[in-house]
Amino acid sequence: MDANTFLIQVLNGIQYGLLLFLVASGLTLILGIMGIINLAHGSFYMVGAYLAFSLSQHFGSLWLAMAGGVVLAVAIGLLLEWLLISRLYHRDHLYQVLLTYGLILIFEELRSVMFGDDVHGVAVPALLQASIPLTDTLSYPVYRLWMSAVCLALAVGMYLLIQKTRLGMMIRAGAANREMVQSLGINIDLLYRLVFALGVALAAFAGMIAAPVASVFPGMGNQVLIVCFVVVVIGGIGSVKGAMLAAILIGLVDSFGKVLTFEIAGVRFLPELSGMMIYVLMAVVLLARPEGLFGKRG
Amino acid sequence: MTEAVLRTERLTKHFGGLAAVNDVSLDFFTDQIHALIGPNGAGKTTLANLLSGDLAPTSGGIYLDGEDIAGLSAERISQRGVGRSYQKTNIFLPFTAFENCRLAAQSRLPSSMRFTRPAPRYEEVSREALRALAEVGLDHRAEVPAATLSHGEQRQLEIAMTLATRPRILLLDEPLAGMGSEESARMVELLQRLKRAHAMLLVEHDMDAVFALADRLTVMVNGCVLESGSPDAIRASAAVQEAYLGTEEAAA
Amino acid sequence: MRNVCVATIVLLGCLLALALLPLFAEKYYIQLFTKMMLMAIFAMSLDLLVGYTGLVSLGHAAFFGLAGYALAFAAPQYEAASLWLSLPLAMAGSALLALVIGVLVLRTSGIYFIMVTLAFAQMVFFVFHDTKIAGGADGIYVYAKPVAAIAGWEPFSLENYTHFYFVVLVLLVLVYASLRMLLASLFGRVIVGIRVNEQRMRSLGYRTFRYKLVCFVIAGALAGMAGYFAAAQFGFVSPDTLGWHQSGGVLMMVILGGMGTLNGAILGAFAMMLLELGFQGLPAVGGVNIGKHWQLFMGGFIVFAVLLLPHGLLGLGRLASRLRPKSAEAGDD
Repeated sequence: MDANTFLIQVLNGIQYGLLLFLVASGLTLILGIMGIINLAHGSFYMVGAYLAFSLSQHFGSLWLAMAGGVVLAVAIGLLLEWLLISRLYHRDHLYQVLLTYGLILIFEELRSVMFGDDVHGVAVPALLQASIPLTDTLSYPVYRLWMSAVCLALAVGMYLLIQKTRLGMMIRAGAANREMVQSLGINIDLLYRLVFALGVALAAFAGMIAAPVASVFPGMGNQVLIVCFVVVVIGGIGSVKGAMLAAILIGLVDSFGKVLTFEIAGVRFLPELSGMMIYVLMAVVLLARPEGLFGKRG
Repeated sequence: MTEAVLRTERLTKHFGGLAAVNDVSLDFFTDQIHALIGPNGAGKTTLANLLSGDLAPTSGGIYLDGEDIAGLSAERISQRGVGRSYQKTNIFLPFTAFENCRLAAQSRLPSSMRFTRPAPRYEEVSREALRALAEVGLDHRAEVPAATLSHGEQRQLEIAMTLATRPRILLLDEPLAGMGSEESARMVELLQRLKRAHAMLLVEHDMDAVFALADRLTVMVNGCVLESGSPDAIRASAAVQEAYLGTEEAAA
Repeated sequence: MRNVCVATIVLLGCLLALALLPLFAEKYYIQLFTKMMLMAIFAMSLDLLVGYTGLVSLGHAAFFGLAGYALAFAAPQYEAASLWLSLPLAMAGSALLALVIGVLVLRTSGIYFIMVTLAFAQMVFFVFHDTKIAGGADGIYVYAKPVAAIAGWEPFSLENYTHFYFVVLVLLVLVYASLRMLLASLFGRVIVGIRVNEQRMRSLGYRTFRYKLVCFVIAGALAGMAGYFAAAQFGFVSPDTLGWHQSGGVLMMVILGGMGTLNGAILGAFAMMLLELGFQGLPAVGGVNIGKHWQLFMGGFIVFAVLLLPHGLLGLGRLASRLRPKSAEAGDD
């Protein structure tokens, strides 16, 4: 593999990883703090993408679509939390799985009713349509770099929020010991609502900025959900740090898996089975550290 | 001098920077109740967890009949004859008292990978369970769901389950916790009876029971052994008075 | 005691009804009930994991679909496979996959377990979807049903839908009876103990990992049995057969029916399939084909059921019995 391909794969891998991080961080926070396993988390990613698609057609601008879309997504998230999710806090994970699975079905069908089952494209905003030349023959899209930059900025923002603010302190305390936080008199309902809204917003925003690159199609939510699960398992539940590390790792593995060739005894594992690579990675982590790289033991 | 059933050598457990159990060397003999007392947070339950395998030590040795068992899993240690009762009642609430003990007794079969014969048909196991229940005085409550037993009865069941595994050493963590005076008296009498055939570690806060039962006393403070000896020696010790017994009696 | 008698009578009544069905029903319904009974077997195998051992697997369809693919491999093109050879082979394949996955996923518990079972099932999905092993995303056909011939004598023919029905009915009864026996055995007691308090089981000396693994493998093998016959009946296997919609669907059946009872799994399977048909058959309203979007109603139903039926459909029965005075029950939930 030559240096150019290597560089491009690294950039692609990091970009995909950062995007994953955005979605997965919401999932891991909701899991770690609220103890809720939300299968519909991927659906919010899809909601974001479809909002980007329909609103950008409506407004004629992706920027306005994103702004409006985030607001809408958060509203939907808050409504869901208030109506349904809040009733799951004391229930077994089993029922959370079931209810959120029902939500997936609902979201999927609503999407089918409202937008049909075709694949849609979203145009890259004019501002970011250029490509940066890397060599005489290769150039890298500015939009992808912008995506990575935005994800990174949000990651830094999350870090600051969690490590440096009072709200962040409550979030960290909640992740470590939910009962204690409650007994300290902190309004746990409000905290949960905020965390959930944050998670939804992150997932939806990720879907929005990914739309021009990954296109908008049915099943995109489920696809990203499962990969996010792998991120959370590898990184450790509740750990944003772990989610970042795991997401980048997965992004790179996925990216390189697609371009490398690997063969044993005439059977080609790569690039054919590149989709499997991240699960192999997960299996390895499970064997070594079942609680994830930064998860709590026991 | 007979060999100790269980012996620890410089046993230590760190949680991060904190040494919950620090350089503890103790031994336990059959026909001897070795009580462990100390203020809350002294590391008593942590020590019990280390001995039963629920926690792995950071350093030091644990010798069961001379064999090092430090770091072995809880299930392995239990199979070697270490029985444990828990501070927070740790039974199978949906099952009857009998089923609780039956399940405990079943663990002593060479293998439970049997898929056809119904469990109640294993009569030796059922007999063992009833024997354990009778020993603690719960046989008349055998068919009662454990969840509806009184608190004292649940503590008794906790012990019965341990007895059903025919252990050689009993690690009892606050068996009298939350009991009224009549129940406590019965428990004390039970422990006296059990002493003959078992070695016993007794972690307790009830000082009356401790001094009535203990053949040997160890006082732990902040993870370390402050003093260890006969009950009279401990009672007379100035250091122990100051660190622990004094405040206990003032509070009592 | 009274409730056990009622339950037994209801069960026997249902069995009788199922046995007599082919006398009265036409082909469509016979085939429909065959499918429902297969789903019931699938659901029971998952109930063993979820309801009795406390292992919530979101990837159970992997074992279901793999057996279907095994049949397709054993019956390429228009060749028919031998039932007596290919069925054990298919089940063994599913059992082996369950062993491999089980060794990895049983190191985790709780939420992690749910996620990794889903992830590994997805991995299996990818193997069949992205490679040319078996037709990729298009799936492959099983044109000829397995042949039950032994040395020339054919006790029944699976090409005959009534024979197929009875074979599956017999299997349903056998699986049910076997699982009841299993749960009453030493092994079954350990499994239930693990669900109630695994830590205590370990401190009592049980090597719980082994028991969970064996349980996982048994559940996988039984799912394989269901998947094999489902593929034989439907005549087609695709990656979706082992996809997570299938896994989610069977989990729904178990939970909505009432988990940890085996009866609930059967009830759930029948109820869910009838619901699905009901929703699919909804008439068009205002030019919109509502039936096409049946999953919307299914999703809505699930949400309501979770909120209103904490013990699933069987819980309704329990609620009714609670209104009548009765002696205290000492059973597990």
